[in-house]
Amino acid sequence: MTDSAAILPKPAALEARRPGLLRRLRYLEPSNLLWVLLVATLLFLVAVPIGKLLVVSFEEQGTGAFTLSNYATAYGRVRYLEALGNSLMLGALSSFFSVIFAVPMAWAVSRTDMPGKGFTWAMVMGAFIMPPYLGAVGWILLAGPNSGFLNQAWTWLTGIESPLVNVYSFAGLALVIALHSFPLIFIFVKSALDLISSEMEDAANILGAGTWTAMRKVTLPLVWPAVLGGIIVVFLETVALFGTPAIIGIPARINVVTTQLWQFFEYPVRVEVAAAYAMPLLLITIGMIAVQKLLLARKGFVSQTGKGGERRPIRLGGWRWAVLGYCVFVGALSVLMPLVVLLQASFAKAWGRGLSLANLTLDNYAYLLFRHEMALTSIWNTLWFSAASATAAVIIAVLVAYIVARRLVPFGSALGFLAMAPFVIPGIVMAIGFYAAYAAPPVALYGTALIIILAFTARFLPIAFANSSAAVRAVHPEMEEASRILGGGRLLTIRRITAPLISRSLIGGWLIVFIVASRELSAAVFLVGPRTRTMSVLLYDLSEAGNFEVLAAFGGLLLAITLILVAIGMKLAGRDFMLRRN
Amino acid sequence: MPRLTLKGLGKAYGPLKVVNDVDLTLEEGEFVSLLGPSGCGKTTTLRMIAGFIEPTEGSISMNGEVLSAPGAVLPPERRRMSMIFQSYAIWPNMTVAENVGFGLKLQKLPSAEVKSRIGRILEVVKMSHLADRYPSELSGGQQQRVALARAIVVQPSVLLLDEPLSNLDANLREEMRFEIRRLHDEFRITTVYVTHDQSEAMATADRIAVMNAGRIEQVDAPHLIYTRPRTRFVAAFIGRTNLLEGRLANGEIGLDGFALRAAQLGGAPPDSARPILLSVRPQSMALHRTQPAARDGYPLLPATVAQRTYLGESWDYVVHPRESGLQLRVTAPPLQVHEVGETVWLEFDPQQIAVVN
Repeated sequence: MTDSAAILPKPAALEARRPGLLRRLRYLEPSNLLWVLLVATLLFLVAVPIGKLLVVSFEEQGTGAFTLSNYATAYGRVRYLEALGNSLMLGALSSFFSVIFAVPMAWAVSRTDMPGKGFTWAMVMGAFIMPPYLGAVGWILLAGPNSGFLNQAWTWLTGIESPLVNVYSFAGLALVIALHSFPLIFIFVKSALDLISSEMEDAANILGAGTWTAMRKVTLPLVWPAVLGGIIVVFLETVALFGTPAIIGIPARINVVTTQLWQFFEYPVRVEVAAAYAMPLLLITIGMIAVQKLLLARKGFVSQTGKGGERRPIRLGGWRWAVLGYCVFVGALSVLMPLVVLLQASFAKAWGRGLSLANLTLDNYAYLLFRHEMALTSIWNTLWFSAASATAAVIIAVLVAYIVARRLVPFGSALGFLAMAPFVIPGIVMAIGFYAAYAAPPVALYGTALIIILAFTARFLPIAFANSSAAVRAVHPEMEEASRILGGGRLLTIRRITAPLISRSLIGGWLIVFIVASRELSAAVFLVGPRTRTMSVLLYDLSEAGNFEVLAAFGGLLLAITLILVAIGMKLAGRDFMLRRN
Repeated sequence: MPRLTLKGLGKAYGPLKVVNDVDLTLEEGEFVSLLGPSGCGKTTTLRMIAGFIEPTEGSISMNGEVLSAPGAVLPPERRRMSMIFQSYAIWPNMTVAENVGFGLKLQKLPSAEVKSRIGRILEVVKMSHLADRYPSELSGGQQQRVALARAIVVQPSVLLLDEPLSNLDANLREEMRFEIRRLHDEFRITTVYVTHDQSEAMATADRIAVMNAGRIEQVDAPHLIYTRPRTRFVAAFIGRTNLLEGRLANGEIGLDGFALRAAQLGGAPPDSARPILLSVRPQSMALHRTQPAARDGYPLLPATVAQRTYLGESWDYVVHPRESGLQLRVTAPPLQVHEVGETVWLEFDPQQIAVVN
């Protein structure tokens, strides 16, 4: 034996005895306590509001006695049933429009040599981050039946007095919704296309199929599950959307489920009926997500193929300009045109008078920033509600993700299930659940900042969880084990090894939650009090008041804040941090 | 006192016993390899030694102190062991020096000593010039050396290696195999090395424990594992062999078409009349073109060449003895060429034939 053996540690003189209670305590990890705490938090955030929603739908107002009368009221009028039908039709139509917008763009960006891919990508990103209700306001300015810019231009060009387009119509409503939902399908389809090797198309070409036939018969069928998955997501988003239907649908007398729910909340508030009326929304969502899971679980499609084989862009020749033209067209409809008219209106004395020096003013902004009683408060509210809920969501999510991924406790997956559950609960339903559970005494959170923060936290927990779980899973368990075997305890290991490794993705996740929370309307509108209005709610109030110049200026402020945040996110977490598929 | 003792160690997931009644003792400074096919329980055993998995049966003790028993597992961080992982687990957010110094800092050593020990070990693994690099700037072999340095620098009471070479290409694997053995010869750290690659185990270990289906089949020095396999699994898993079934009676082992004298076989000859399994390695037989002079106790059989494969370093023949239904693989030197269908004389060397059970 060599000398170096002498420097080995001396064996600790510990007696070998049967493990007693004290020793067992020494072996206990703190994670079990944390598990109990997390279960309690998740029950409070997720299970109680939804449970309460169910219970309340069977309760008589005031007495709390069991009754079915809420359901009788909710489904007893043709108008209410019509709203349900409208929602389904609107969902179907806007999914249809979204597919028309998204699939050709996804194909062009992923598979072809189309120029201007960066621009196209920016347009999709823009459509995604622009709050849908802002787009709706922009389209009112563009396609209002009388004074909308498009209709005015039409009259000026042709002399025909009747309007060319009318945003206050069912098709108009569906189109405006689709213009902000299509990025979801785009992301799904593009990531599916990215996985298809060119050899798939080559195989079709060698057998005599041209570019067009190969795309129709081979490429598109391969991404069909992704298209279907995207359709389902857009359908569900549309059915649960409140802002656009409220801003365009109410003046157009198109009643949908969400706007009807809103009416149940007008004085006197009928939570019980609203709860009963929200049930189909909940059931449809759960059902469709289940369908989507089944579809994606089917084997034999792209997801199984993996990143194999060479990929080269299809050469489109002259057609590539036509394809680019289509992408520019969609980008113009969804981002450029609404943005231009909104900005124009925000700097205008009267928006209908168009661009001229005489019409230019900064007063709309000055009014909001210096004279409006709620504007600054709402900006402040939005920022800190979003920051607080993003922080809470990420902390809960990363703890749950860690416990689930490392199997620290038995039944850890139950935690993961609870954290993902809000994914199948439309925001508006969640808000009604929170209202039912926590607005009234004994908790009495109505009108407080806390109830909004809690609702936002619960609503966006799945986003934070998906993000954290991907981050934690990317850290090989051996990274932690290497630290532990060298003498680092579980907590020291998390602090010194795991935390630095996942911090970047967590910042990305935090920003995503912050951004979506800062524009969230459907959950907020039911929970805000006089002192806790957020920018989105105030924007909705302004739209009801009909002062489009101030409304546009406020939209400009909201957009500026969002853009700054997105820019920070891109800097810290990479260009694609918001548009990753999951 | 032995450094590490596994006694009746078992791990079950529900009804599935992944590790079953494993007994193993490591003396201080010994290098033992756990060798077996994937799914045989070797990694589970290693991770139980490390304290990452709780056993459901038996115990693990070090220097007489029980470390692991059902319901009571000392956490890994309190075992003074170190481990090299299949993925190396080099922390990408730390430089080479920071990776190597991590364990030393946890021991709260004075920073001057930490520094000098990092310097010394990096010299030993020939990585001094890369101390300030980040892992992403290193090749696979260099990362492996960092992992080795990080595990050795803390002077662990036991060093554990979990298939450390499986992610390297063939040439590097051979180089690192000797590197690991060299470091062991230098530091004499008690080592458990898990691998499914028998040549790795042969090159590094003092003793090899062959595992199969959760059990240890045999623990022995590498050459004994090869020449004296004690179970059918070990004989078939280590190297290539012909397994022949025979019957022992009156000091003779009757095989299909010929017989061997029991006393001549290598190892302890079996004593009672019973069925017997023999392991005949391909190189323990010789092929002759013409009938050679018979030697006492070296059975000689006429046979037909049924198949042949040229392997560069040797010929691999499948021959078929005339008066039996056997098919035997025989290794012959590269210049000894026989055609398929040719008649040859097959000669057995009883010294190299092992009784398996």
